[in-house]
Amino acid sequence: MAEPVKKARTEGKGGLHTDIQKLNMGPSHPATHGTVKFTVELDGETIQAMDVAVGYLHRGFEKECESGTYYQAIPYTDRLNYNSAILANLGYCMAVEKLLEIEIPDRGEWARVLAGELSRVGDHLTRLGAACLELAAMTPFLYGIEARELIWDLQEMLCGARVTSNYVRIGGLQRNIPDGFEDRCEESLKRVDELLVDFDKIVTANRIFVDRFRGTGVLSREDCVAYSVTGPLLRAAGIPYDLRKAEPYSKYDEIDFDIPVGTTGDNYDRFLVVQEELMQSIRIIRQCLPVLRKTKGQPVDIQDPHIRWPGKNRVYGRMEELIQQFKGVTEGIKVPAGEAYVAVESANGELGFYIVSDGSGKPYKVRCRPPSFVNTQPLSRMLVGGLLADIIPTFDMVNMIGGECDR
Amino acid sequence: MSDLLQAIEEKLGDAVEDSHAYRGDDTILVSHDRVLEVMQTLKDDSSFRFNMLIDLTAVDYLGRDPRFEVVYHLGSVEVEARGSEPSSLRHRLRVKSGVAEVPCEIDSVTSIWPAANWMEREVFDFYGIRFKGHDDMRRILLYEEFQGHPLRKDYPKERRQPLIGPRN
Repeated sequence: MAEPVKKARTEGKGGLHTDIQKLNMGPSHPATHGTVKFTVELDGETIQAMDVAVGYLHRGFEKECESGTYYQAIPYTDRLNYNSAILANLGYCMAVEKLLEIEIPDRGEWARVLAGELSRVGDHLTRLGAACLELAAMTPFLYGIEARELIWDLQEMLCGARVTSNYVRIGGLQRNIPDGFEDRCEESLKRVDELLVDFDKIVTANRIFVDRFRGTGVLSREDCVAYSVTGPLLRAAGIPYDLRKAEPYSKYDEIDFDIPVGTTGDNYDRFLVVQEELMQSIRIIRQCLPVLRKTKGQPVDIQDPHIRWPGKNRVYGRMEELIQQFKGVTEGIKVPAGEAYVAVESANGELGFYIVSDGSGKPYKVRCRPPSFVNTQPLSRMLVGGLLADIIPTFDMVNMIGGECDR
Repeated sequence: MSDLLQAIEEKLGDAVEDSHAYRGDDTILVSHDRVLEVMQTLKDDSSFRFNMLIDLTAVDYLGRDPRFEVVYHLGSVEVEARGSEPSSLRHRLRVKSGVAEVPCEIDSVTSIWPAANWMEREVFDFYGIRFKGHDDMRRILLYEEFQGHPLRKDYPKERRQPLIGPRN
C-alpha cells in the first residue's frame, strides 16, 4: 500500500548520506496495545514507507456465528471489543430485531442507552489513559483506570460481568436494572468527574504531551471520507458525523447532547474530541437516570415467548413455558428470511452488522463492519513523512482493538 | 418504492437488474460487469453523492447461480461541513452483484474509494473472490500458507490446516 522507496541512499541534512533502514515493529511490541506488525522504512528517523499487517488475533468470528443459533452469537460479540462489549452486543441484537421487526419497551431502550454510554465512557477512558501510558506517563493512566474501574463496577451491577458483559438480548436485556443502581451510578459519576478534572490538569496542557500530539498523524477531511474513517477520527478532522445524531436509533433523538468536532485532524484534536465525548456521554447517562427511576417496575423485554423466552421461575414450574424454553434453546429463534444492516456509533466509529437470514434458527451470514479495521487502513497515510516516534501516539488515537479488527 | 430507488432506476436504467427495500434498506442488484460504471455514477452524480464506501463483503449462496454475491454498503457524508449540525444526505444504499464460481472475479472499486483496498483483500481472503485492478491482492487476516477460503459454505469449520497439524 505504501509507496516503495525509490533510492537506497538519500541526502540528509548537511549533505550527509544516510541509508534507508527497514525496521519491523511488532507483532508484539511493548508500546502498542494489540498485536499488529508495522514494517517501516526509515530515512534517519523519518518514515519513508510503511506497511501495516493485521490479523494476528483472527479467531473466525463470522464462521462461528454461522454455526450457532442467533442467541449463541451474542457472547462472541462481547469479544470484539473488550472495552465496549455492550455496544457490540447492542449492534448485533438490533440487527436481528430489525429482521424480526420488533420493538422493545421504552424502559428497555433507556436501559440500553445507559449501558451503551457506560461502555463508551469505559472505552474512552482506556484510550486516553493508554495514550499517556505509552508515552511513558504512568500517572494519568492510573487516574483513567480508577475511573474505568468505577464504570466497570457499575457494569458488573447491571449484568454480573465487568468486561465481557453479554448483557443485551434479542428483544430486551439479560435482566432488569437492579434496585439502587441509579444512586450508585450518580455517586460513581461524581468521582469520575473529579478524576477527569485531575486528568485534564495533568495532561491536556502538559508541554511534553502537547509536543508529541500536536501536528502528528494528520489525516485530512477528504482522506477521512475516502478511507471511510468514522468515529472520533472523522470528527477530529472537522466532520460532525455521529450516527447517534445523523440516524438516531434507540432514544437518542430524545436526549440532549452535542457532537464535538476538531479542526486539524491531528492527534491532539483527536484527544480533545475523545475527552469531550466522554463528558457528553456522562451527560447522556445523567439524562437516563431520572427516566429509569420513573419507569421502575416496568419490563425491559418484549412479551413474546418465541423470542424472549420466559424466566426460569416459570420454566421450572409450568409445561407451556418449559416447551417454549426448550424449543428456543435447541432450535433457536426463527428469523424471517431476508437481509438487514444496522449500524451503531461505537467508541471507535460505525460498528455495523449485516445479517442474512434463510429463515432457519441459525444466521446464514453475520458480517461485522469493524470500525477498527477500517480506521487502521489509512495508518500509513497518516504516518509516512513523520517521525518514527509519531507511530505511538497515532496508533493510540486510532485505537485499533485487535479483537474487533481481526475478528 | 422509495424516492432514492426510483431516482437510481431512472438514472441507471437497465444496469439495475433488481431492487428492493426490505426492512427499509434500499438495495439494488447490479450485473458484475457493470459494477464499476454504476459505482462511479453513484459517487459522482450530484443527487446521490455516495462518497463513502461503508462496507464491502460477500455472501456464499452455495447451490445458487451465480454462487457468490458481493455486497457494498454506501453512505454519504458532507466533506465541507462545519459547525455542530450533522450534515449528510443521510441516505444509504446497498449494492449487490452476483459473482460466478468460475471465473471468480469482479472489478475492484479501489479506484473509486481507496477504502476498498483492505475490504477487498478480506473478501479475497475469506471467499476467494479476486478483484480485477486491485494492485495488492494478498491475504489480510489469515496467513499466506492458509489453504482454502474459510467463509465458503463448503469449508468445514473443523478442518485443520497443514501448518497447525492434526488435533492430537
